[in-house]
Amino acid sequence: MATVSLDGVRKSFGKTPVIHGVDIDIADGEFIVIVGPSGCGKSTLLRMVAGLETVTDGEVRIDGERVNDKEPMDRDIAMVFQNYALYPHMSVFDNMAYGLKIAKTPKPEIEERVRTAATMLQLDPYLARKPRELSGGQRQRVAMGRAIVRKPAVFLFDEPLSNLDAKLRVQMRLEIKQLQRQLGITALYVTHDQVEAMTLADRMVVMNAGRADQIGAPLQVYADPRTEFVAGFIGSPPTNFIDPAALGGQGARMGIRPEHLALCPLPEARVAARVLDAEPLGAETLIHTRLPSGCLVTVRQDGAAPIPDAGAEVGLSWRAGDEMRFDAGGRRL
Amino acid sequence: MRARRTSGIVHRSGPGAWLLRGLLFTILGLFCLYYLFPLFVMLATSVKSLAEIREGSFLAFPRDISFEAWAKAWGAACVGVRCDGLQPYFMNSVMMAVPAVLLSTTLGALNGYALTKWRFPGADIIFALMLFGAFIPFQVVLLPMARTLGELGLAGTVPGLILVHTVYGLAFTTLFFRNFFIGVPDGIVQAAKVDGAGFFGIFFRIVLPMSLPAIVVTVIWQFTQIWNDFLFGVAFTVGDSNPVTVALNNVVNTSTGVKEYNVDMAAAIIAGLPTLLVYVVAGAYFVRGLSAGAVKG
Repeated sequence: MATVSLDGVRKSFGKTPVIHGVDIDIADGEFIVIVGPSGCGKSTLLRMVAGLETVTDGEVRIDGERVNDKEPMDRDIAMVFQNYALYPHMSVFDNMAYGLKIAKTPKPEIEERVRTAATMLQLDPYLARKPRELSGGQRQRVAMGRAIVRKPAVFLFDEPLSNLDAKLRVQMRLEIKQLQRQLGITALYVTHDQVEAMTLADRMVVMNAGRADQIGAPLQVYADPRTEFVAGFIGSPPTNFIDPAALGGQGARMGIRPEHLALCPLPEARVAARVLDAEPLGAETLIHTRLPSGCLVTVRQDGAAPIPDAGAEVGLSWRAGDEMRFDAGGRRL
Repeated sequence: MRARRTSGIVHRSGPGAWLLRGLLFTILGLFCLYYLFPLFVMLATSVKSLAEIREGSFLAFPRDISFEAWAKAWGAACVGVRCDGLQPYFMNSVMMAVPAVLLSTTLGALNGYALTKWRFPGADIIFALMLFGAFIPFQVVLLPMARTLGELGLAGTVPGLILVHTVYGLAFTTLFFRNFFIGVPDGIVQAAKVDGAGFFGIFFRIVLPMSLPAIVVTVIWQFTQIWNDFLFGVAFTVGDSNPVTVALNNVVNTSTGVKEYNVDMAAAIIAGLPTLLVYVVAGAYFVRGLSAGAVKG
């Protein structure tokens, strides 16, 4: 168990800077999710904490101690990789035991730690099998088991669920969360999936082009995004962005979440729109409309509400204060 | 790798299709005969007596089978002035080929591993330069190599020949392993680093056990090349240190006495047997290794 601090961490590949100074302080036992689109530098950041990538500038500290120049194995971390990275020629048992064997852990203790982890992950029946004889979910569990047996101070997860099918992903998401709670180990988790970020994180870090745009609890980030990017990235369906010139008020851009919009009779509307299409999803319906200015706007309404025909003219309304306004640089006003 | 079944694919049928099939198999059969014929002649001749060879035709089946020629080729045929048969030279070849194959394969695997999994600045240039070695004809290196062996005091010895084959084989073995390792996910190596394994730990415990197909391909390739080599053998060894290929040449090309075709044939087969054996033992892996990575499994 440990705290992790990133202090002005920068990374350049050759002359190309990819991380432009990131500061994060992670408390002991906290679950931090780094989320962002591909290419934003989130995996690079994680790999710098792991020691698989050198730090160009700034400091990485684990439990207060600078680890910039320490090798991965000396950082007291364990990592779960995107493609599991299991050793294909070793049994499940040996996969989990390998790190302990290198650390010259006594045999009985290896045995005990691997068995405990296997029980925790329901892997007992598969200990003698090779990775290729396991399903995707089981392989994922072995990768987690390999991390658990080492009793690390910090867990690092690099998009661990992206190779699983949707149903398994939801299940494993819950298991990871429970396991981390149970073990109380500090976790740093990288994903491009904002649903994973929202559900797993104690606090999440939204990365955009090598910068941490916002750090905070998921619901707080959702309710109060500090930049246009965060407003657009967190939330599904994404925030609608409208040119506010037609509506008055300040700012260069205005964002409003689909669930904050409602259809209404034209006279009461803040703005009129034409219905393009509707997607009934059962519990809710997404109605896609186009404003006279050309902006596309999605409205999310209750599944039981009447659905307007395509081509119909409708009014859109929202409560004052639900709209988010941004300046030309994308910062929240 | 998953073998896809193709037996379920629907074929055209009818008399036309049958005719074409028949024609196809006839042609294939003729090719088989054509390729097997020299082997048959060699085998048949090697078990005939000299008298029978002189009377009959090359193509006839042997009347009385006798392995005298084999015994002579192995233990009594004259190579130059020494009449101990191929045996000592066969042993030379074993003493030369086994270490040379092991050395060049091990070093090639290390090279490929370092070039792909521990990338360093200039790795691609170094690989390109090593690859260059694969395209240099044997003849070009003869003189510089002779000079080098002389300087090292290894001229005319089996260890000298081992060195030559190891160095010359590196280009090929590096190429084989580098191309295999490039398909091994980097994540596995990184996981091992996080687990605490070092350069050689990862090499011996993780990477090498995963690369059995590449090892087999390389060993077969190297063994065939080195065992069958004549030019380096004849250039860099003398008399007693000759490999079996050179000795075979000296048996067959002798210009004194009677031409013993049966002994010549038996000697040629003996000299070729080890490579044949390696193919039979490891051939399945060879094909698998060549196509490994072609299909994502």
